[in-house]
Parts: sequence; C-alpha cells; structure tokens
Amino acid sequence: MMSSADLGLAYPELILAIGAMALLVTGAFAPKAGRYVGWGAVLVLAAAAVQAATGPFGRGFSGGMIADAASAFAQVAIFVASAVAIPLGQRWFERRGMHNFEFPVLVLLAALGMAMMVSAGDLISLYVGVELQSLALYVLAAMQRDNAKASEAGLKYFVLGALSSGLLLYGASLIYGFAGSTVFTDIAVAVKGGAHTGVLFGLVFLICGLAFKVSAAPFHMWTPDVYEGAPTPVVAFFAAAPKLAAMVLFARVLAEAFGGAIGQWQQVLVALGLISVAVGAFAGLAQTNLKRLWAYSSIANVGYAIIGLAAGNAEGVTAMLVFLVLYMVDVTGFFACLAALSRQGNSMETLEDMAGLFKEQPGIALAMTAFSLSALGLPPFSGFWAKVFVFKAAMGAGILDETAAVLGLVGSVVAAFYYLRLIKVMWFDGAVGPTDKPPVEARVIAIGLALFSFPVVLGALKWIYPAAERAAHAFGLA
Amino acid sequence: MPPILSLITFAPILGVAGILALRLLGKADDPKTVEASKWIALVTTLATLALSVLLVVQFNPADNGFQFVEETPWFAGFSYRMGVDGISVLFVLLTAFLMPLCIAASWKSIEKRVLEYMIAFLMLESLVIGVFCALDIVLFYIFFEFGLVPMFLIIGIWGGARRVYAAFKFFLYTLLGSVLMLAAILAMIGISHTSSIPELMVYHFTPAVQTWLFLAFFASFAVKMPMWPVHTWLPDAHVEAPTAGSVILAGILLKMGGYGFMRFSLPMFPAASHLFTPLIFALSVIAVVYTSLVAFRQVDIKKLIAYSSVAHMGFVTMGIFSGNATGEQGALFQMLSHGLISGALFLCVGVVYDRMHTREIAFYGGLVNRMPWYAAVFMLFTMGNVGLPGTSGFVGEILTMTGTYGVSTWTVIIAATGVILSAVYALNLYRAVIFGTITNEKLAGITDLDWREVAIFAPLIAGTLALGVYPGAVFNLTQASVDHLVQAYQAAIGS
Repeated sequence: MMSSADLGLAYPELILAIGAMALLVTGAFAPKAGRYVGWGAVLVLAAAAVQAATGPFGRGFSGGMIADAASAFAQVAIFVASAVAIPLGQRWFERRGMHNFEFPVLVLLAALGMAMMVSAGDLISLYVGVELQSLALYVLAAMQRDNAKASEAGLKYFVLGALSSGLLLYGASLIYGFAGSTVFTDIAVAVKGGAHTGVLFGLVFLICGLAFKVSAAPFHMWTPDVYEGAPTPVVAFFAAAPKLAAMVLFARVLAEAFGGAIGQWQQVLVALGLISVAVGAFAGLAQTNLKRLWAYSSIANVGYAIIGLAAGNAEGVTAMLVFLVLYMVDVTGFFACLAALSRQGNSMETLEDMAGLFKEQPGIALAMTAFSLSALGLPPFSGFWAKVFVFKAAMGAGILDETAAVLGLVGSVVAAFYYLRLIKVMWFDGAVGPTDKPPVEARVIAIGLALFSFPVVLGALKWIYPAAERAAHAFGLA
Repeated sequence: MPPILSLITFAPILGVAGILALRLLGKADDPKTVEASKWIALVTTLATLALSVLLVVQFNPADNGFQFVEETPWFAGFSYRMGVDGISVLFVLLTAFLMPLCIAASWKSIEKRVLEYMIAFLMLESLVIGVFCALDIVLFYIFFEFGLVPMFLIIGIWGGARRVYAAFKFFLYTLLGSVLMLAAILAMIGISHTSSIPELMVYHFTPAVQTWLFLAFFASFAVKMPMWPVHTWLPDAHVEAPTAGSVILAGILLKMGGYGFMRFSLPMFPAASHLFTPLIFALSVIAVVYTSLVAFRQVDIKKLIAYSSVAHMGFVTMGIFSGNATGEQGALFQMLSHGLISGALFLCVGVVYDRMHTREIAFYGGLVNRMPWYAAVFMLFTMGNVGLPGTSGFVGEILTMTGTYGVSTWTVIIAATGVILSAVYALNLYRAVIFGTITNEKLAGITDLDWREVAIFAPLIAGTLALGVYPGAVFNLTQASVDHLVQAYQAAIGS
C-alpha cells in the first residue's frame, strides 16, 4: 500500500523527474532559454542532493524503496558527480557546434535512474532503475550523431547492455520463482539457513548482469570500445557515477537479500575482483589511446572495489564506498583534462599527443600526473587511501590470504607501467606542437579535482569515511 | 615547544612554495627567475640544516626512547605521529647536510628546467626527512613511497642518454618491493590494531606471522639497500642520474633500506630476523665480494662507484643482522660514512663530467698534472672508500666485522677480502684517472677546482676526517637507542 509517507522517501527522485521534464519542455519550446537548461539542471541536482541528505528515511512502497544512510551517501555522491559533468559536457558540445539542451536533461534522467538503483528495495525497482540509467547513457554515448565512432559506441553499449539486462531479468525471475518474493527482505528470509539451488542459480545471473554494468572482467569487453568512441565529457560522466550506483546496488542485493548465503557469493566476488585487477593491469599495457587505457584502468579499479565488497562485512563495504568516491574523483578529473585539451580544434586522445604537455599546459599536465599517480595507488594521493582501506578490510575479513593480497597489489605494479609511461611522455619528451588554450570550465574542474586528490583528501576523509561507515551499517552488516 | 620535527620536514616545502610563486610571477626561462630559484633552494636547504643542527643540539642522548614526539589523530585509526631517537636523528642530520651541497653542485650543471629541478630536490628532501621522522607506519609508507616520484623525475628529465630506461627500472623495482611491504603493513595493523611504530615495536607477533611479514619488508628494504641480487637497478640509476641525483641516491636513499631494517625488521620481527640471519649474511658477503669484482671491470667511473656502493652496503646489512651493539653501531656508522664518501665521490665524477661530458675511465689519465687540488680531494675520498684508518670509512668496516665475528666467523673472513678488493678497484680507478701523463689532447685545457667546488668539498672533507678521528661523537648520539634495540632483540630471540 502506498501512503503519503511513502512519497516523502521519493522526494529526491521526484525532484529529479519533475525537474527533468520541466527542463525538457523549456528546451523544446523556448529555444532561447536552451542555454540555461544546463544551469537549471545543476540547480535541480543540488536540490535533490540536499533533499537526499536531509530527507525522511525509512522503507516504503511495500519494501520497494529504501531511503537510508546508504542511499543518501550514494545519492549525494552521484548528484555531485552529475552536476560536475553538466558544465563540462555542455560547453564541450557547444564548441563543436552542437547547441543542444538534451545533454543536461539526459544526465538528469541518468541520475534519476541511479538514484532509484541505490534506493531499490526489491528486484523490480532494481531493474527499473538500472534500465532508466542505462537508456539515458546509451543515448549520451551516441550523442555525436555525425560521428561514426560515437554511433558505434552507442550501439555497442546498447546491445551489450541489453544482453546484461536480459541476464539480470532472467536471474531476477529465477529468484522470484524459487524464493517467492521480489522484496529483498523476503528473499533474505527464504535463503536463511541454506538457499535453494534455483535461487543460487538466479543469484549467479544477477551477479553476472551487475558485473556487466560495473565492467568487471570477464564481462568488460564493451568498456574500452565505448570509452573510446563516446564523447570525452560523456565518458567523464559514465565512467564515474554509474559505477558507484551499480556497486551500491550490488552491495545492497548481496547484503540484504543474500546475506545468509555469503559463503556462496564471497568466492565468486573474490575471483571477479582479482580477474578484473589482472585484466585491467595487463591489457592496459598495450593501449596507446588514453581513453582505452583508462577504460582498462577502470576495470582494474572496479576489481579493487569488488574485493572490498567481497569482504562481506561493514568494514569492507565502507572501504568499497570510500574507494568508489575517491575513484570517481580521479576518473572524472582525468577525462576533464582530456576534454580540456585540443590541438587546432582536434581532440588529443593518444599517448603521442601528450608529448611534452608539461611545457605547453603545466596545470593540466600536473593534474593528469596527479590523477595517474592516484589511480596507480601512490601515496599520498586519494587512490592510495582507497586501496589501503580495501586491502585492510579484505585481509581483516580473511577472504584474501597473503598470496592473494600480494597478487592484487602486484597488479598495481604492472599497471604502474602504463601510468608512468603517460607521465614520462608528458614530462620527458619534447613537445609536438602548440595546444589550444583550455576552456575555463574544464580547467577549473580538472585542477579542482586534482587538488581534491591531494591534499584536500587528507582532510576530507575525516568526513567521508564516517559517512561511508554509517552507509555500510545501513545494509545491516556487522 | 614548537613542533621542530614538522618544521624540519616541511621547511623545504616552503621553498617549493617560494619557487612556485616566482614561476607564477615571472617567466620560467627568465635568467633572473632561474637565478632566484637557485638561491631560494639553497637558502631553504641551509635553513633546514640549521634547524637539524638545533635538533641534534637539543637531543638528549641519554634517553633511549623517541623524543620531540608530535601526535595528532587522523582518520580510520591512523595518526600523524613524528619523533626521533638516536638512530633516526643521525639520518635527519645527514640528509639536511647533503642537500645544500647537492643544490650547490647543480648550480651550473643544470641548464634546462631549473625551477622544476629545484622543486624536485626540495620535495625529495622533505619526503626523505619525513621517512626518518615518521612514527606512524602508514605515514612512514607515504613518505617512503612518494619519494619515488621526485627521484623518478630527476633521473628521467635531467639524466643521461638512457635516462628513461633507468627511471622506469628504478621506479618499478622499488614499487614492487614497496607494495609487498604495504601488504605486510596492512596485515600488521589488522593483527595488532595499531599503526603506531613504538607500539608495534613492542608488539609480539607469532613466529609464523613474523616470517612472512619479515619477507615482505625484506623485499622492500633489500631493493632499496640494495642487496645482491636485486641491486641491478642501482648502477643504471646512478649512471643516468645527474650528479646531485647520484649523491642523494647513494648518500640518503640507500640508507632508507638500512634504517628500515633497524626500525622495523629487528624490533618487530626478531624471531624471523634471527631465522633469516644466515641468508642475509650470505647475501651480504656475495654483495661484498661479487660486486667488488664487478666494480673492478667497469669502464664508466660512475658505474664503478655505484657497484662499490653495493659492496659497502653489504657490510651494513651484515652489521645490522649481527644483532649486537658493536655490529649495529658499525652499520650505522658505515651508513653515515658512506653517505659522505660516496656522495663526495659522485661529486668528484661530476667535476670532470661537467668539464668533459664523459665518464669513461679510458678518456682520462694524468689529471694530476692539470688539476692538483682535484687530485688531492679525489685521493682523500678514494682512501675513505678503501677504508683507510683515519677516515670515517675505516671505523664502520672494522666495527661491522668485529660485531659479526662472534656470530659468524666465516662471514667475516670472506667479507674481509672485500676490503682488499675495494683497495684494488678504487686505487686502480685512481691510477687510471689521475696519474700518468696526459695522453688525451682534449684534457690539455681542463681546469682545476673553482671556489664553488672547493666550498662543496670542504664540509665533506671535514666530515670524513672528523668522523675518522673522533667517531665517538656519533656513538654518543646513538649509544642509548642502539643498546635499547639490541637488548630487546636479544631478549626476544633468547626466549
């Protein structure tokens, strides 16, 4: 039964939905106001973030929706990341002659989907959230209609995304069939004291589907192609927030619905995590396109996040949340740098393009160095802390013995080679030619995020870590 | 009392800020800006040195615990915790002492991207001092690991022909060692629920756990040290690094390995240290004998000195794992002395390299005819390298060998041949470069040391001789801490 109290839980989502529709109408019928749609979207996101952080908490819609510390934490992070992506992307498209108001609206819709994902309390709202998010992202990836690569990226993303959605649905139907309910808490009752094989079968499909969404190996094939083809600021958006949303959803399903079957999924996740780390590290070595390179880097980093989740306790999920938030900063920042750079109007995307960048654009080059070192996990950058928390939790929970922990960390040494190669190209090599002046918004975002990566993170973690801890406890983990 | 350790650690960062301000105000390649940046760097490092001297003066040698402790809680149970004991205070002083010399040595030889160079050096100084002052194991790791970045840039940007290869090799070798250490650090925190180094030093890990923790830390420190067979990055890094980079590498960065053994391996994993002592002794004597022989066959002056560094570090590891006060004192002294002597030797190479732009031994010969002062300076440090009594090199070698003699006589007997071998390669180098008549006509116009170079060498000469004649100055400082370390170690392995 729905009551008005239930509606209060959905205020952030409602704000986004109504805001997106209003902006869509504004853009369509008042073309002159179109350029303000972006700022309108940022305001909508800010309002939704405030609502998510303060708003009423509880469960509603017959268990289909949960507003708690976890959803609030994730929603705030998602809305902030989306708000950063909007000015970055809109100006980027404008410089390429595409004055469209659809971009901010699509980002809002994707954010809405993600907000639903992180507050999903049953398999239906899970699926609706995932699909809404994905559909908006498919369109975003293909927004440059006259660019063959972007269209290819969008199509690939769509086809493989549809496949993963199919896996997700199939898994959900199996779970429903054998557990008798779609609500997480009811499933938890059903699997208590030993899950039926059919439920486990469904769980495996569910895990595969979600692994697709977070691009964990071996379900990562789409990632490099989509990253390469999609417009750079769009990548800055969908390489960050959707990962957090999908991982929070992942954590909620596993902790709330399948907490009783932890023995069944823990090893699967450890394997997923370590395979992702290895694939990301080794396959990245052969890349010369920076967008593809960071696609592999994101695969490896998602692997670390999954290892945190696999710990299956509050410390592990805390580590995963902190990891993802810090990783979002790195990846958004890196793609903001790429979006900022061009040479005579042409995008700079390959390693060779970056030769001698430090001479040309010291600020951007320093920021890219910071993001690379951070992604490599070098102290004192944010990525180091992220890895420290994950491995501390995983080793504390006993899911990684010494050998596995060492293997995971050795993966970061392999990956170090490609990050260092980028730094080498930027710092050691001679410049190939003058670059255009970076646009102001991309520069501000890139350098601001780099400063967050170090030194702001050292202070910010004092707030982020306890917030993530509260979020992890909301999943009912010890 | 002001937080003097934080001041010393972060004083160089003030210099970095000053240079950055310069860069924002003026153009990077304006000669005035460049000149000013050098002066900022020099003044900053001298100020740091002054602060370190102040630290040593105020240091109470009778106290065997940590002094000047600062502590501020951080997040997730970590703390910003600093402090020094008799062992680390020595390295702080050594670092602060060598840095101004490095800046002065780079005054003319660095021509491109001077501002960045000075920033890299100042950052490196800050991080290295931080390594020696940190009393929280995570904080230690931050300083330890991030120090790779400025060194990577120093080798990679201002290095020689194969600089990129050398920089990558340096970084990846060290990183591999470090991540293993990181795994061990996280495990230690998980087991003991503390990241405080003083608390970890008295925590009792079970012997089985100690074994693998020891090996993980060993991986990192052995690479840093470097011990045979993971030393191969060092000759490459040394050869390609600019002169001042080599000085820092040999003078300070290698010491982080020895410091790590004394700070972590011995007190925290005594049982494992005892278990692996034979292995370390074996690797040490191989390092001493094998790399001495390798050094003899080198055609590049810098590479020869680099290999001789590996050999000298063999004495250090041997002394540390002897587990008695004599050996530890000897190892500490040897590290300090090697910091001065090998640093000075690299500066000697830098002097002729700046003039002739080659380091090939065969290119030189008969320099005594044109450069008598240089020949005298080079002679002094060659003798120090050989371990001549009266120089600081002698004290360290004799003490490490005395200390180890009671533990493993055979180790000392083999290692002692290294003393002879070091005389062979060092004197041979000296003969080839300095003596004879000038046969290469390109050397006809070479000039002797100028006042700047004399000013750089003077403190090093004074230090080498003073420590050789009166080593007690160092032992007074370290005695209490070393005794404390050895007593705890002996008690742990005796039980």
